[in-house]
Amino acid sequence: MAPPPDHRRPIKRVAISDQQRRRELALRVQADRRSDAQNRARQLASSVLSLGPVTEVEPELEQEQEMSDASDQSGGRTELDPVRAASLRGPEVRRWFATQLMLPEWMVDVPPLLDSDWYVFPRPSGKRCFVVSSNGTTVSRLRNGSILHRFPSSLPNGARTKDVSGPSSSYSILDCIFHEADETYYVIDMVCWRGYSLYDCTAEFRFFWLNSKLSETGASDPPSQYHRYRFNVVQIYECNLIGLQAAYLGQVSYVKDGLLFYNKHAHYQAGNTPLALVWKDNVCSQYVLDTDNQGQIPSQQQVVLELQNDGSLTTSDDPPVALGCLSRDMIAQYGLRVGNLVRVEVRDDSVKLVDGKLDLGDLQLVGKPNRSRAFADTYSKVLFQYAARRAPLRIEDLVASIQSNPSVENSQALDIEMEG
Amino acid sequence: MALEVTQFLLNAQSVDGATRNHAEESLKQIQEQNLPAFLLSLSSELANNNKPIESRRLAGLILKNALDAKELHRKNDLAQRWLSLDLATKTQIKTSLLQTLSSPVSDARSTASQVIAKVAGIELPHKQWPELIGSLLSNIHQVETHVKQATLETLGYICEEVPPQVVDQDQVNRILTAVVQGMNATETSSDVRLAATRALYNALGFAQANFTNDMERDYIMRVVCEATQSSDVKIRQAAFECLVAISSTYYEKLAQYMQDIFNITSKAVREDEEPVALQAIEFWSSICDEEIDILDDYRSEYTGDSDVPCFYFIKQALPALVPMLLETLLKQEEDQDQDEGGWNIAMAGGTCLGLVARTVGDDIVPLVMPFIEENISKPDWRRREAATYAFGSILEGPSPGKLAPIVNVALNFMLAALARDPNNHVKDTTAWTLGRIFEFLHGAVVETSVITQENCQQILTVLLQSMKDVPNVAEKACGALYFLAQGYEDEGSVSPLTPFFQDIFQMLLYVTHREDATESNLRTAAYEALNEVVRCSNDETAPIVMQLIPVIMLELHQTVEAQKLTSDEREKQNDLQGLLCGCLQVIIQKMGSIEGSKYAFMQYADQIMDLLLKVFASRNATVHEEAMLAIGALAYTAGPNFAKYMPQFYQYLEMGLQNFEEYQICAITVGVVGDLCRALEDKILPYCDGIMTQLLKNLSSNQLHRSVKPPIFSCFGDIALAIGENFEKYLVYAMPMLQSAAELSAHAVSQDDEMLEYTNQLRNGILEAYSGILQGFKSSPKTQLLVPYAPHVLQFIDTMYGGREMDDAVMKSALGVLGDLADTLGSHVGPLIRDSSSSKDLIEECMVYDDPLVRESAEWAKHAINRAVSG
Repeated sequence: MAPPPDHRRPIKRVAISDQQRRRELALRVQADRRSDAQNRARQLASSVLSLGPVTEVEPELEQEQEMSDASDQSGGRTELDPVRAASLRGPEVRRWFATQLMLPEWMVDVPPLLDSDWYVFPRPSGKRCFVVSSNGTTVSRLRNGSILHRFPSSLPNGARTKDVSGPSSSYSILDCIFHEADETYYVIDMVCWRGYSLYDCTAEFRFFWLNSKLSETGASDPPSQYHRYRFNVVQIYECNLIGLQAAYLGQVSYVKDGLLFYNKHAHYQAGNTPLALVWKDNVCSQYVLDTDNQGQIPSQQQVVLELQNDGSLTTSDDPPVALGCLSRDMIAQYGLRVGNLVRVEVRDDSVKLVDGKLDLGDLQLVGKPNRSRAFADTYSKVLFQYAARRAPLRIEDLVASIQSNPSVENSQALDIEMEG
Repeated sequence: MALEVTQFLLNAQSVDGATRNHAEESLKQIQEQNLPAFLLSLSSELANNNKPIESRRLAGLILKNALDAKELHRKNDLAQRWLSLDLATKTQIKTSLLQTLSSPVSDARSTASQVIAKVAGIELPHKQWPELIGSLLSNIHQVETHVKQATLETLGYICEEVPPQVVDQDQVNRILTAVVQGMNATETSSDVRLAATRALYNALGFAQANFTNDMERDYIMRVVCEATQSSDVKIRQAAFECLVAISSTYYEKLAQYMQDIFNITSKAVREDEEPVALQAIEFWSSICDEEIDILDDYRSEYTGDSDVPCFYFIKQALPALVPMLLETLLKQEEDQDQDEGGWNIAMAGGTCLGLVARTVGDDIVPLVMPFIEENISKPDWRRREAATYAFGSILEGPSPGKLAPIVNVALNFMLAALARDPNNHVKDTTAWTLGRIFEFLHGAVVETSVITQENCQQILTVLLQSMKDVPNVAEKACGALYFLAQGYEDEGSVSPLTPFFQDIFQMLLYVTHREDATESNLRTAAYEALNEVVRCSNDETAPIVMQLIPVIMLELHQTVEAQKLTSDEREKQNDLQGLLCGCLQVIIQKMGSIEGSKYAFMQYADQIMDLLLKVFASRNATVHEEAMLAIGALAYTAGPNFAKYMPQFYQYLEMGLQNFEEYQICAITVGVVGDLCRALEDKILPYCDGIMTQLLKNLSSNQLHRSVKPPIFSCFGDIALAIGENFEKYLVYAMPMLQSAAELSAHAVSQDDEMLEYTNQLRNGILEAYSGILQGFKSSPKTQLLVPYAPHVLQFIDTMYGGREMDDAVMKSALGVLGDLADTLGSHVGPLIRDSSSSKDLIEECMVYDDPLVRESAEWAKHAINRAVSG
């Protein structure tokens, strides 16, 4: 038999050989890895540089227990070389993610210009996590860096479907809260999108980008075979009277856990920041008062602090704030070492204000916190909890601040904020 | 001045080796001593009717090879050599050649035709030999038919050799007139008519203007259609070949002729001899190709339209076309499945049916189903096979929604036929059809797969059983398993294949060891299926894949140790080594990508590396390539630990980079350098002097295939990113090279799509190099070294932007470089970038671009630049 014409492939003969496929795959993988390496250098260099120091502490692996996370912060710090950061792999990636979440401070007094410079939205109750989609899979990581879910999603490169647009290795990173009841990720911020870092962008831009980009992907569609969990955006309001009221009282599809306030001009910043704030009362949260190891609300306030070598107990702020101290006997009795986290009880009679700062005085050791706790409480959390039991900041105070805040005082108000 | 070469030419064809060698040696000497005289003697030998035809034929052949070669650089050298000969010699040679066209000896005429076309191919583009076409056309009016025939043949070869734009329209008109007249039914010599028809085939590309003129087009089409009715089978075949060429070149001009062409082709398919019938079917396949392309353009999201409108010829012809094609399926030959490269009416018909299905989609299903239902259970194997073949052919094109219900019903029948049909041919086609079902109706692309957890086990049982069948059936069963597995590649941990991994591997390994595994490509198919199953393994099945590693290594070891092989055995062993290295590559990639198995896998790394280094002792290109790919995968998996293999591996890396002849190896090796950079990072530094030297040499060489050059530039970027500021010492060499390549590629005027694509690949490579270098120096104290290059980089982007021929990839890379410039050099270049208007325009333009990736690159670049300007 004569052979077929050059360009005509008999239908029974396979279209491409596996060798050709291996060759093409290898070339594609190489090209992807190149653009991956370059993008990684781009995004991490720019983000790590703007983030500053990053912890080297290996986080605990257990899942986060407590519902509220507006507290802790990292321990030992060293500078991270951005070029080295670009080549992070395996456990280093986990360590890196563990310190990348932006953590709001607790609102102990109302920031100026609340109505013009801030957004407000009801915080979904659930597990705060980073969701990373790349290379055909999606991974959510809790605050301590451990993995919550690994699943396919409609986020960019979030599932291995055949219609890939762009290098399959480019990352997208979302800041989310996983809400158990409806198994939905509520996206509260966008950190990276298709390999491009949004760290250096203002919240205003990030929220705009989040709203326009997420809807393009179908990530908000109901779950399907290649999209295991739904991603919903949270309705974000201008923090004027109407917005505040909507966030505070409005019906939402999830269980609320307080309100989050984001300064419009703030960049995404890892760790504690006063430019994002959390506030709660009993109307908008079931978890206003902190719970103990058993999940009960203790009769006296308890706080988790870190032991220093002079016996003082400090918060996880940078720099740490000393709130009191433990006696040597107690340290010896419990076999505590420097750097240990301890749970202590606050006793009204020994609390003092020194130069406007809280001093808890002599502290009563209650025990060690859950092993999953990696960080001590922050100063703002201790203060908020202290106030919550006595003279809480009420919704009326927030409303009053908006009403009484004529915009002419802008410049002066800004100065005040900059000191904080 | 002519030398006597007859005896040498005859001796060079002697059966006696010594005589032959001596003659070849002498010819070579003459050529080296006096090229013009040598060429002259050859041309007069060819022209001399008193010389034996054997010496004349060889003289023509040597002459032809002195004018043209396959490799581009050699082709150019030979053309230059010819052009630089003195005018008198060239004129004399050309005169001899034209004279030969009148020779009574047909072999001499035909050889001369080809040589004339080669000379024309060199001279016409340089506006030389302007009288050639005229003098040929004057031959046409000669009475002797053999001169007429040789002249038409020459015109045909010339049209094949030279690009249309070098012949002016007036000459084109005269050529076409002569050719079409020669084809006319009034031409009494069938030799002339055949030569004219074949010449028209080559001349069609010149007839753009004539095909837009209704009268001329009608005339050409009428003559071609008449020629399909000639009593000479060769003329009929040549005329149908013209119709096929017209269908792709002038698709949009065909509407008014389609009814006639349908009648002609369907008569030929049903009644004519096979070579003619095959061309008649090919006409419809070719129309399908055109319409599939046009409809693809319609669907593509960026353009949304096509230059050529779709006339839906296939859709209109469908009710008559499909029955005609179904009839062809019944014309199978007994042993066609054993013949690798075979082609007959049934195969062409099925292939065309498949293309029709892709063109019209759902509409074909109701036209084919009755044929399948009627024949699938007939006692005559031809009917069962044709029905199955028809079913398999229409599985791509129609929507899964339309096909799934039918397939659900047919699946059990197919499985039973594969297991029990008494005829091998039927089983072969059944296994192939199952493979097509898995390819198109199963996996991530389909909403609901026709394969379920329940029927998967039954399918696997039948497929594995069929792998013990005769080689051609077993090969198709392996192919079916390949596509079944492919559908589960994205499945994660819930693949229904999981419980069967052990059984599958066992059976596939058994197949590779079958005595008859080299028949029907069986061994290759088995390894390909094995690779695909490995690709879809997961955490759960990784341990089973791990057990495969020592088995494959042992086999590879045996091939490395085998000695004293005959050349036939050697060839088979090379094939096997290639397959085993390919398999290792896939396993390495997969095990390296599964967190849990990576460390266990690394235990084998030393042994695997050892084996692969031994494999490089083989001189076979495919084996080298496969081994190189496997090493690239190993390097990526091993990361910095790969450094310990570098001392031994380096020599082979260098060898690969030096392999200009088998340029795919060179290209793959350049890619592996990139893998090594990402794996070793700064540990690659000790080898960089050698690698960079070789890469720079490769770039300056005009012998290296051009397709390797863009990846070499990208590779500069990989190296710079890996070794950071240590790249400093290469800047002085690399930067000028990048600059001159950038200048060339920025100003390149692309005549055709292929050239445009290459130019864009080159630009992309250059931009990736710049990005890698800029990023490598980021936050180094030596950043300053790059500042002087910034204006040139910006200018490169400016010029490309002005030229407006960047594709999306280049645009993205260019935006990346703009961002990197700003990011690395900061305030040193901030104002420079800000003032570069086209950079600004490029970014603004890309911010509203269709492709979201381009849009986002633009956002990023803008952001980086803003920071640089404000910082």
